[in-house]
Amino acid sequence: MTANLRRRKLVSHIFEVLCGLAVVVALIPLAMILFYVIKEGAGSLNLDFFTHMPKPVGEAGGGMANAIVGTLILIGIAAAFAVPIGCLCGIHLAEYPGKFSSAVRFAADVLNGVPSIVIGIFAYGLVVLPVKRFSALAGGVALGMLMIPIVVRTTEELLLLVPGGLREGALALGATRSRSVFSVIVPAALPGILTGILVALARVAGETAPLLFTALNNAYWSTSLSQPIASLTVQVYTYANSPYDDWHRQAWAGAFLLVMMILTLSIAARLAVRRLERMNRS
Amino acid sequence: MTATVPELSIHSESVEAQEGRRTARSPQPHPRHESRPAGGGFLATLRPEVRPEQSPASRGGASPDRNDTLTQEQAMTDSKISVRDFDFFYGTAKVLHGISLEIPAQKVTALIGPSGCGKSTFIRSINRMNDIIPDARGVGTITIDGQNVYGDETDVVELRRRVGMVFQKSNPFPKSIYDNVAYGLRIGGMRNKRQLDEIIERSLTRAALWHEVKDRLHASAMALSGGQQQRLCIARALAVDPEILLMDEPASALDPIATSKIEELIYELKDNYTIVIVTHNMQQAARVSDRTAFFMLGKLIEYADTNAIFMTPKEKMTEDYVTGRFG
Repeated sequence: MTANLRRRKLVSHIFEVLCGLAVVVALIPLAMILFYVIKEGAGSLNLDFFTHMPKPVGEAGGGMANAIVGTLILIGIAAAFAVPIGCLCGIHLAEYPGKFSSAVRFAADVLNGVPSIVIGIFAYGLVVLPVKRFSALAGGVALGMLMIPIVVRTTEELLLLVPGGLREGALALGATRSRSVFSVIVPAALPGILTGILVALARVAGETAPLLFTALNNAYWSTSLSQPIASLTVQVYTYANSPYDDWHRQAWAGAFLLVMMILTLSIAARLAVRRLERMNRS
Repeated sequence: MTATVPELSIHSESVEAQEGRRTARSPQPHPRHESRPAGGGFLATLRPEVRPEQSPASRGGASPDRNDTLTQEQAMTDSKISVRDFDFFYGTAKVLHGISLEIPAQKVTALIGPSGCGKSTFIRSINRMNDIIPDARGVGTITIDGQNVYGDETDVVELRRRVGMVFQKSNPFPKSIYDNVAYGLRIGGMRNKRQLDEIIERSLTRAALWHEVKDRLHASAMALSGGQQQRLCIARALAVDPEILLMDEPASALDPIATSKIEELIYELKDNYTIVIVTHNMQQAARVSDRTAFFMLGKLIEYADTNAIFMTPKEKMTEDYVTGRFG
């Protein structure tokens, strides 16, 4: 082996090791978060956590039933208006590309990058100020606005994964453009679009900042859309900031629940996309 | 090469076929099997024996009404698709140069030529599938029964219902077999279950698929084999009762057995449909078609009866291509 070849092999090896190290460093935070959340949270999670209201300070036990229901209501409102708008917008980008498509795509990406606290302030101005009251509706609107760009982009990307042959096949049978989109292409991409929506939901379910001055929080049971409402994230934030050990344990349990929720949805999304890609190849 | 070449060209059935067209759609014995090229000679060596039950002897009896000179003229007047000085552009690139040809009704017309010669672009111009490609445009006229395909009065959705298409890559919808065949009927507004059932059975039968799928009509079409999927796509196209069937390399992704099934099918279908087929496979063109058009670099080099193209081509380029000297 010449000296030159030896040197080249050494350089190659060094780069390989550096890349490997970078991967390890990148994964450390994820592993530690999972480790701590599971270690601290799993133990505190029990049936009471799902079915009971928070107990006053000093009393052990209790749960976050109101916050769990509150989070579900909030993401329900968010989905109710973000899913139709986002999906139709994504269909427009993928199936009816035009002069403005790239501008719309760029706008969606910018909106996706807007800090969630700014979205919260916007929803505060839009919904809270006119009626002078924090409400579940305002929280839902803020979360929905965070969802829209994610839904738009995933819908678009998944529609573009649908084999072009299906589009041509439907058109060749005398389908109109819209008919081919809604009867063949969207159904083919539907599993992927649905999981994309679920991922977007999981993502906004983990948001705290936009809820702080829209949905606020509520120590009591409330399902009214016009009243402040509790949510898992704000509850975790409040409990984690408190000086009480019981509340810290509850905060860990809440965090654990959130992480598990998001993890499950992300894995489901990956599987659905893989299925679509397989269909694309065959 | 000099052995007797069976008559493969257009024969005198065009008139009766035309008259019998609407009524002859139901599956029935096909007397025109007789006109299939008989054994022996160049063409026979190209053709796998897909019909062992038909001995050369049984096929030998030519129909008494055969009169080739007369039918040749009829074929020219009996054209279904008429193309005049057709150019096609992708952006500024011109890919078809002044194509003119007459495609006869109730016959199989094959388009052959090397990759990139424009034959796919041409076949997709007939039902305006190229419309969905941005910056693509055709100049010149293509008429079907005298109606200009690119005319303002022509509705592209209606046009595509009349002109069915089968693609190179089978493209069943991710739905059940039944729903695939029903698709074109349902978009046409058909809701009657019994009527749907009937047409679906007939279409699948005509596509030689019924017996393989009749017990699992509601299973996913994606579970079928490649050859079955392609026949399903043919059934789907037949269900809406088109007048013309365009086939863009329908068998190029299939194994020889599936290919021979598709070829047999094409042979059966030409009694009722005008078929245009693009193929890379010259043996296939020789086996299934009545007329053959040879394309090269976006130009129509030669267009004649299939056996003339393969046996006595007028152009040197055609001869070089069909004898495998290039392409």
